Amino acid sequence: MSARLAATEVTARIGAGGPPILEDVSIELNAGEIHALVGPNGAGKSTLFSVLAGDIAPESGTVELDGRPLSTIHPRDLARSRAVLLQQNTVSFPFSAEQVVRMGRAPWARTALEEGDDIAVATAMIATEVDALAHRSVSSLSGGERARVALARVLAQSTPIVLLDEPTASLDLKHHEDAMRLVRSRADAGATVAVVLHDLNAALAHADRVTLLAFGRVVASGSPTEVLTAETIELVYGQPVDVFPHPITGVPLVVPKR
Amino acid sequence: MTVEITAEAAPRPQIEGSLRPKTHRTLRFTLVTLGLTAALVITCVISLASGQYSLSPAEVVGILLQGVGIDSPWAPTTTSDAGVIFNIRLPRLVLGVLVGAALAVSGVLMQAIFGNPLADAGVVGVSSGAALGAAASLTFGLSTWGMWTTPALAFVGGLVAVFSVYLISRSGGRTEVVTLLLTGIAINAIGGAGMAFLTFAGTTSTREQIVFWQLGSLNGALWPNIAVVAPLTAVGIVTALIVARRLDLFALGERTARHLGVRVELLRVVVIITVALLVCAAVAFAGIIGFVGLVIPHLMRMIIGPAHTPLIISSAVGGALLIALADLVARTAVPLADMPIGMITSLVGGPFFLWLLVRTRRRSGGWA
Repeated sequence: MSARLAATEVTARIGAGGPPILEDVSIELNAGEIHALVGPNGAGKSTLFSVLAGDIAPESGTVELDGRPLSTIHPRDLARSRAVLLQQNTVSFPFSAEQVVRMGRAPWARTALEEGDDIAVATAMIATEVDALAHRSVSSLSGGERARVALARVLAQSTPIVLLDEPTASLDLKHHEDAMRLVRSRADAGATVAVVLHDLNAALAHADRVTLLAFGRVVASGSPTEVLTAETIELVYGQPVDVFPHPITGVPLVVPKR
Repeated sequence: MTVEITAEAAPRPQIEGSLRPKTHRTLRFTLVTLGLTAALVITCVISLASGQYSLSPAEVVGILLQGVGIDSPWAPTTTSDAGVIFNIRLPRLVLGVLVGAALAVSGVLMQAIFGNPLADAGVVGVSSGAALGAAASLTFGLSTWGMWTTPALAFVGGLVAVFSVYLISRSGGRTEVVTLLLTGIAINAIGGAGMAFLTFAGTTSTREQIVFWQLGSLNGALWPNIAVVAPLTAVGIVTALIVARRLDLFALGERTARHLGVRVELLRVVVIITVALLVCAAVAFAGIIGFVGLVIPHLMRMIIGPAHTPLIISSAVGGALLIALADLVARTAVPLADMPIGMITSLVGGPFFLWLLVRTRRRSGGWA
């Protein structure tokens, strides 16, 4: 399968005249792969994420979905192709968790797939273990529970492309792993996944491909073990680290030198 | 020290019908709306029956049935009774019902786009803007578009006000409550200054007209007024229902709404214009009737939940009921006196607003 979502030589700035947040960034998201975006604070991860989601129109360069410029696609069609999970998931009114997850089905209203709404909502809620919270108001939930409800909404949207901005930031150890496993199963089913991660170990363990950003540019892109070496990490983050294989699985572990 | 945690110690909560369809909600909405409608009908009949020249509810029903060409044993024989109903009480009541529905739905819409339960036409100054436009038509005796002149100017005033509030109080897709309320204070102050000027510039009779109308009153409602207000209110409510599902998504924030396929900018403009339309329909002939748009949607949300389609329907009925009740009180509480209805809704709405503030502060430390 060809690349489904690709940004080519994208330059973006926030506010005219400001310094560019992204400069000449190219990234290709492939079907069946989890693509991790990593980098230090202020590297431009969130901006690149917004560009890929279609929230920010780049100053130059192109963003294409299956070869079509993102800006020419109707928001509704876009919503049937890609789902987005943001870091902030506040809900203005006391909607129940189930209602919020069901909102993920909105793009499919009045289509043949509408019939699958109940199943998609139930499956997503059970997978993220928020089914027991179905009738609780989202505003009464904890940060982690709210994040899982939002993840369930994104999964219920049932799109071939999934963009996640730090989906695991507020999750505990178990739900962190559960969430990454869910994302993995989506990718294995053929979905294109991009995920902003702070946790380099999660990127090493779960991603198929990693793009490392710093100062608005791509520093390295490739397989996790190629990109996330001790030298590169130390150079980009300014923090000496040890990278060594896990004694059982052999997956590299990143540990800061203390 | 050993700590033993077994899987049994923390069993997963049992799913107790948690993923069943939303029949419970639908049932509740149906019951509430039917109850409100019944209360509205009863209030209307009582309202039509009461007054200086009082009739029995049965006579009222008889007269109404006669009016639509159905004979019934309750119809009185004298035609003057029918005259009181059809020329005086009914237009006033119908205007009140329309105004109540328009104000309540405008409240739902404003709260939806501001993502904030405190947004209300009166609080953020949209009513002031509309009132200023309407008062200008009174003071300068404008009648370019006949009966539509006052609503047209009210619409322009309301639109300018709601757009200003929106542009000023919203940044980065969020509304800060403090900024929203302060913007409301500023807009209300500007509107107030304009009203003061118009009162000052007007003749004695327009002055009196403006003063009474600022207090909110359904007195002197005529059928031609209703011919203007009814279509505006209908268009407003129908538009609100059309965008209702999208307003639900808006509660997730602008970016997420966009990710779910909502054309956010378009929705915003449509909603703002609809708010101005509803507020101008309400304000043009009935003046400023405060707090309906705050109290009713809030109560309804507490009873039937925040989903916008049912919320809009039950708020429309609830708003109509509140105004019908308030008008009944305004007309009958003090014998031979017609109190301003805006005074009565504010008497209910002011304390409600305070209760809302106290409750929110107790629960979540107030609005940031």
